[in-house]
Amino acid sequence: MRWEHGLLALGLVLLAIAHYMGLFVAPEEAMMREAGRILYAHVPTAWVALVTLTLSFFAAVGALWSGSYRWDAAVESTAETGVVLTALLLFQGSMWARPTWGVYWDWDPRLTTSAILLVLFVGVLVVRKVVEDPERRLTVTAIAAIIAYVDVPVVYFGVKWWKSLHQTQSSPETVASTMVLPLRMAAFGMLFIAVSICVMRWRAIYAGLTAEARAPDLPELPVELTLREKEA
Amino acid sequence: MSARRHPGPLRQIGIILEKDLLIEWRARSRAFAMVCFAVTVLLLFSFAVGPDTETLRAHAGAYLWLAVLLSSTLLLAQSFQVEVEAGALEGLVLTPVEPSALFLGKALSNTLQLIVLALAITPAMLALFDGSFTEPIGWFVAVVVLGCAGVSAPGTLYAGLTARLNTRQLLLPLLLFPLLVPCLLAAVKATALLLAGDPMDQMTSWLKLLLAFDVLYWSVCAALFPRVVDV
Repeated sequence: MRWEHGLLALGLVLLAIAHYMGLFVAPEEAMMREAGRILYAHVPTAWVALVTLTLSFFAAVGALWSGSYRWDAAVESTAETGVVLTALLLFQGSMWARPTWGVYWDWDPRLTTSAILLVLFVGVLVVRKVVEDPERRLTVTAIAAIIAYVDVPVVYFGVKWWKSLHQTQSSPETVASTMVLPLRMAAFGMLFIAVSICVMRWRAIYAGLTAEARAPDLPELPVELTLREKEA
Repeated sequence: MSARRHPGPLRQIGIILEKDLLIEWRARSRAFAMVCFAVTVLLLFSFAVGPDTETLRAHAGAYLWLAVLLSSTLLLAQSFQVEVEAGALEGLVLTPVEPSALFLGKALSNTLQLIVLALAITPAMLALFDGSFTEPIGWFVAVVVLGCAGVSAPGTLYAGLTARLNTRQLLLPLLLFPLLVPCLLAAVKATALLLAGDPMDQMTSWLKLLLAFDVLYWSVCAALFPRVVDV
């Protein structure tokens, strides 16, 4: 068993305890009643999604700077995990928005920015799949990931000026102490799960890249051989 | 034997710009086809929305920018297609031109072409959607220049990045369109304010957002472009 498996187990245990506390121990949210309990799943997902995509940006800078396949594999593993978490975030958000706002979707800055972030990083993963030459793939993925990440603050401010409905962030001072503990535990649980998945995927992707680099080139076409033989 | 002086960075950008514009001028029927395509897009929007003049007028700015955006992928892909076809890009990289100058020259050429396209279809937009400018026309030109520059910088980088790929027609818009959301948003809002009037003076905020987008992407893309032509 590798260390990331232990981390995954720890993350799952933390998440289970946090959700038990969030569902049965913590008080009801004052405004949103029972629907507000999605907070313990939604807020940690948002934090960890942003953390993994930020890691992807730094891995992309590292890949472009060093040209190392270790960094290249890190870009893919973090982008993949970030995409899954962002998709999960949007799904949770719309589940919560329906009873609270009355709609599944609203053009709020954070919602819209998350959706655009998801599409941008899906683009990064798609472009990665279609480039066959490993060196070119490294460059293309790294550039696409950097450009995508740089767009996030601009999208956020643009949409914020356009329309705003999402509530502002809460801080530990504005949240009841019985809510802070499960929220923190859920955040660390999600972080541990995300990190362990990133590491597991990194190992698999790096092994794939190494095998690809070691694989012998295909032999020349037999047609060409017969032509050469004819010339001889 | 007299040694020829190596051209400075500005001269290098000028040479690339001149070369690209000359290629486009020699194939000007292509530019004409592009304008026809953009006008067709404008017409399609009016058919899709219906003959309600009020609705069409309210969204005229959005239709104009979507027409520019849809045409831009054709224009941007074309600007690298001519380089890749006969291995011209390799030749260009071998010349003593800085890769960032190559990017700036090509991006400037694409910006100028997009500006011409946007200004060429503006009369069609005004006529089809019964619009008229309530603010000085100079403001509209500023929005067009900043908006087209915003489309062109990441567009040129991505066109270079996808030029050698088989699926470039799909990948270029897939990568570019979500990226351009802030630019499109600001350009559409600014154009709508110019058409409907701007009593609250919101124009400057949108122009600032466009300017910030342009500064960010022109510098980031110019820094990353050398790696695009490197491999």
